[in-house]
Amino acid sequence: MDDQVQAKKKRKNNLLYSQKAAPYFFVLPFILSFVLFFAYPVVTTFIMSFQEVLPGKTSFIGLANYQELWNPTFLKAIRNSSVYTFFTLLILIPLPLVLAVFLNSKLMFAKNVFRSATFVPALTSVVVAGIIFRLIFGGQEEALLNSMLAPFGIEPRAWLNNASTSMFVLVVLATWKWMGINILYFLAGLQNIPKELYESAEVDGASTWRKFFHITMPLLKPISIYVFTISIYGGFSMFAESYMLYGSNRSPNNIGLTIVGYLYQKGIEQNNLGFGSAVGITLLVITLIITLIQLKFFGMFKKEEQ
Amino acid sequence: MRKGLLTVLSLLLVLSVFLAGCNKKDSNAGYSNGGKGTKVELWTFNALHGKYYESMAKMWNEENPDDPISIKVNTYPYEDLHNKLLVALQSGKGAPDISDIEISKFGNFLKGEPQILPLDDVVDPERANIVPSRLDIYSKDGVIYGLPFHVGAGVIYYNKEILDKAGVNPDDIKTWDDYKKAGKVVLEKTGVPMTTLDVSDQWSFWSQVAQLEGKDDLLTVDKEPNLTDPDIVNVLKYEQDLVKEGIAIPAPGNYHHSEEYYGFMNKGGAASVWMPMWYMGRFTDYMPDLKGKIVIKPAPAWKEGDPRSSGMGGTGTVVTNQSEHPDLAKKFLAYAKLSKEGNIQIWKQLGFDPVRTDVWDSPELKETNKFTEYFGPNIFDTLLEVKDEIEGVNIGEKTPDVSNAIKTTVLFRTLVDMEDPEKVLKETQEQLK
Repeated sequence: MDDQVQAKKKRKNNLLYSQKAAPYFFVLPFILSFVLFFAYPVVTTFIMSFQEVLPGKTSFIGLANYQELWNPTFLKAIRNSSVYTFFTLLILIPLPLVLAVFLNSKLMFAKNVFRSATFVPALTSVVVAGIIFRLIFGGQEEALLNSMLAPFGIEPRAWLNNASTSMFVLVVLATWKWMGINILYFLAGLQNIPKELYESAEVDGASTWRKFFHITMPLLKPISIYVFTISIYGGFSMFAESYMLYGSNRSPNNIGLTIVGYLYQKGIEQNNLGFGSAVGITLLVITLIITLIQLKFFGMFKKEEQ
Repeated sequence: MRKGLLTVLSLLLVLSVFLAGCNKKDSNAGYSNGGKGTKVELWTFNALHGKYYESMAKMWNEENPDDPISIKVNTYPYEDLHNKLLVALQSGKGAPDISDIEISKFGNFLKGEPQILPLDDVVDPERANIVPSRLDIYSKDGVIYGLPFHVGAGVIYYNKEILDKAGVNPDDIKTWDDYKKAGKVVLEKTGVPMTTLDVSDQWSFWSQVAQLEGKDDLLTVDKEPNLTDPDIVNVLKYEQDLVKEGIAIPAPGNYHHSEEYYGFMNKGGAASVWMPMWYMGRFTDYMPDLKGKIVIKPAPAWKEGDPRSSGMGGTGTVVTNQSEHPDLAKKFLAYAKLSKEGNIQIWKQLGFDPVRTDVWDSPELKETNKFTEYFGPNIFDTLLEVKDEIEGVNIGEKTPDVSNAIKTTVLFRTLVDMEDPEKVLKETQEQLK
């Protein structure tokens, strides 16, 4: 090879191995995807929420979209999403925590079988799960659940036609589907707790209960807060489960309508993207406020205050 | 050297990921006629419609050898098609030449400046032969944007076996009052409800409303929501009374297209159902046990002498403004949906009641097919009988909104939760304004 090529190669190598450029290079994919797929849409959505978006006729209409938001259907959607989030938090934090402790225990048999069994639902598509749940909770006498309850003298009922039973079905579906994921988080947290702590507690004669409440629980706090935060967002942004359970975005008397469902209905199904954007921004504000309150409550900001 | 090679290889790998996205497949793939002729892309939500267009393209090429067409049909799920098309038209990119749009979604595409082309020039030569209300539903400000598949005439399907058991003759049922009385007899003698009602879909309610004499419908002539119209309140009250007396029950599965309902009806669960003509296909495909037991009659009238049918549902096919060959697309579309040959094929292949009244008594419509085998040979006699009584509907930009309210809240609250129809309709009307 002649000198010129050598020099060229060197320059190229310098650029590739430059200490200054490397950090930027490595964060570039994240920055790019963040700007392209997150910041840009958020800003556009914000602008669109003040517009009436129609083909060839987009115009600014001030706060009209937000004023229209104050209607019974949207309030119902907010209520549905909040109730759903509340119940998923109530079940999907403590239950996986306890199960994770079991699965982590030395006394547990066939650990790996149970671990995979609880995780499999998370791999199932929501579409398939929704349809199966719809059939299980069907209204006819021959539907699975109704026929299982019949021997106990329980009247067959249309589970998905009633506000409280349909919420129950949604929470059951969420529990079945997301349990495995949360167990996984808690298991990771549990395995980070040093064994020595338990050993020294045992030397001091601590009971199993005391070990759980005074070692396991406090040391799992960071991971619990993480699970809590993503569960809040997951709850408020739920859409696919309800969509698949009812086979469309329409449920009787809107008992399964969620905030995102309403966004989809108005923005896409009824071609009113400006209004849909206003719903989206409202959802963002709601989750932001709740998450901030929650983080404050758990003392996540303490360090900064000191 | 090895490092350099690795760098090159990894760069290639990255590039290939990007390039894979732009990789163009064989440009003739999926097109009929081997890609010979002008290429036209078509979207639909029903695979049967797709097959129909392909066969019509073949017929077109035989008749117009100097202007051949090569079509590519993409079939998407119902919601996907409409959402994709809306986004494509909104962003000005990616739309096909021709697309099917279902009637309750059509209003979305008329908002703002319609991004679909006026079709009056191809409709004009055939206008006199076509049921006019079926063109009006796809129009805005007097301009036609979509072509219909069928009349969708509302009819009533009686289960003859059950009626015979109760000693009821369907031909004696002339008005909805008669229907109610007959329903009582059927319920008392056989213990089976006379009918079922959609509570999460609009057909039972909308067809009864559309049947009302006069120009107003769920929307007024000016395309504004019309739910507080006393006549409409009375229709809902009538349906609620049927449920109260046990003559009707909410359809199992909440609507007439659910698996639960098909099974229920197939076992002789109800004595009748009023649905449009195109519902015939659901009987032949999903309720095989009722073969030979179902008779099709004009729906009862609200008053004797009033209209006995209404044009229900439908698919408006449009040409988008992104088409590169709009003239050919329009001509082909008119050939497929408005020509005499096309209309005969619509019946033969799809089992729809065609929109050209002059083909209804043509011999091709009497030939045996799966529909005549199921319902008997005289299906079109019923249609000819009500030819001049098919009431139109008003379709406008508010239709998707109104239809959504009916499907989710209005019917469920009044027919399942038994709330007062007047109150519910008033509340809904206020929300829609």
